[in-house]
Amino acid sequence: MSGPRTATAASKPRGRGGLLPVALVTPAVVLLLLFTIAPAVYAIFLSFRRMKVGKGLLGGGKPTEVWTGLSNYTATLSDSEFWASLGRMLLIAAFGVPLTVILSTLFALCLDAKRARLVGFARLAIFLPYAVPGVVASLLWGFMYLPATSPIGGDVVDYFGTKGIFFSVANVAVWGVVGFNMVILYTAVRSLPKELFEAAELDGATEFQIAVRVKLPMIAPAVAMVALFSVIGSLQLFNEPTTLKPLANAISSTWVPLMRVYTDAFVNNSIYEGAATSFVLIAMTVAATVLVSAVGRRIARRSTR
Amino acid sequence: MTRQRTRWIPTLILLIGALYCVLPVLWIVIASTKTNDELFSTAPFLPAFNGGFWSNLDALFSYNHGIFGRWVLNSVIYAIGGGLLSTAIAGAAGYALGKYRFAGSTVLFRAIVAAVLLPQILLAVPQFLLLAKVGMTNNYASVLLPQLVSPFAIYLCKIYSEASVPDEIMEAARIDGGSEWRIFRSVGAPLMMPALVTVFLLQFIGIWNNFLLPFVMINNDHLYPLTLGLYGLMIITGGQAAQYSIVIAGVLVSIIPLGVLFLSLQRYWKIDLISGGVKL
Repeated sequence: MSGPRTATAASKPRGRGGLLPVALVTPAVVLLLLFTIAPAVYAIFLSFRRMKVGKGLLGGGKPTEVWTGLSNYTATLSDSEFWASLGRMLLIAAFGVPLTVILSTLFALCLDAKRARLVGFARLAIFLPYAVPGVVASLLWGFMYLPATSPIGGDVVDYFGTKGIFFSVANVAVWGVVGFNMVILYTAVRSLPKELFEAAELDGATEFQIAVRVKLPMIAPAVAMVALFSVIGSLQLFNEPTTLKPLANAISSTWVPLMRVYTDAFVNNSIYEGAATSFVLIAMTVAATVLVSAVGRRIARRSTR
Repeated sequence: MTRQRTRWIPTLILLIGALYCVLPVLWIVIASTKTNDELFSTAPFLPAFNGGFWSNLDALFSYNHGIFGRWVLNSVIYAIGGGLLSTAIAGAAGYALGKYRFAGSTVLFRAIVAAVLLPQILLAVPQFLLLAKVGMTNNYASVLLPQLVSPFAIYLCKIYSEASVPDEIMEAARIDGGSEWRIFRSVGAPLMMPALVTVFLLQFIGIWNNFLLPFVMINNDHLYPLTLGLYGLMIITGGQAAQYSIVIAGVLVSIIPLGVLFLSLQRYWKIDLISGGVKL
């Protein structure tokens, strides 16, 4: 494909397609404007507004929307509960992200190991949870944790305790994504040139040494990508804690940042502060994405050197 | 000695991983065979054969005048409808961006790459606020429309069309007098099929698993997808252990068909597209 591909860029017909390419991108552009750009802009707009109670005696009269500057942002950023929810999310990520990356890398390398057995079965079994929605996975694990029904010692171990809950939520998330990431990494391992391993084997390297010293450094970019996706995923944590909340008292309605946005907007009816919190979260996620991908790029560069 | 070790250590690790992933599902299958009393009194990994399975399924599907069946149907509508439409939209846009240059095409592609970074889930509440402003929430469209365009899917289709639809074939079709639309339909689209299947399955799973968007948009339980319905069932029955067996049956019904479907379709989708498409 590399030959025709260089030609593609040069001979791309300018204006040759007439109206067709424009017609083909129009639905996507319209939907992007309406359902991605417009909501984001509207949320930013709302985040600078507030409801002003009507004048008149006893605060009667119709409340009106007025500009309020940065007050919604200062309210969010100075609220210790916001930082506490962020801290809880980071704690879960501190369990979940390394666990996801390590397990999916380990499984991918084992799948590729010579003379390993039951490879086909294990691949399907580990991939299975990806087809289970987060809400359903949380219910499933909820019954596993619940003392009355637990087959994994829930009557002895307090899976819903103030400390245990972090591990329990992280576990549900890891369970759901480890198979998908394993398949991505396995694909990366399999696309490496086989001659390299044969050469290493001839030099007397063991299977373990080949996996750790040859394969692992070469799939470092893919591992970094898995880490990036896991970090982004944990910033958006919502389904698992929300579903486990009816079972676990340790989970409050503002337990993680996205739950707080929901509670602001729908329970407390304060859409303005909810909009500000949303925007702060979006900014943090984009910043984290850029940061992690920059780090990933450095790792990738070092490993190819 | 080395032979033995290299064979069994990876196998053992894989087996432990498989067990970790399958055990909870196996437990649900077994728990669904038990009546509520048996659930708390019998050994966790021993199934019961006292008709508990059928009575649980019966209780599930007759719950609230059979609303569970409605939720399954809704999820199928959201996931298949949204999946097909968003694949068509992403395929068309990706083909246009990959095979043509037109006014603004470079800027548009950059904007789409930037939009990939935007966390879609975080947009759910803003999307609700905007749709509520124009009175468009609480219907099928409010869940379908925001999920129709996926920047990542457009990106994948663009990369794939560049690599797999040769200019020479398009040129030959032009000389034969084919219109650009005809070339797209009979040359471009078929060659892009592997990417389109992958995008469809990714979108299908994404929509099927989505919880927050319907959670904020819908407050009529006849429009709930399965995820939201099961959550509601848990909230309602959460206080009473007497209802656990209904929820367990619901979890089973929502896992098994989809699990079987995806495990059997696994060979048709090209996950290497995803790992190759996203270069850091």
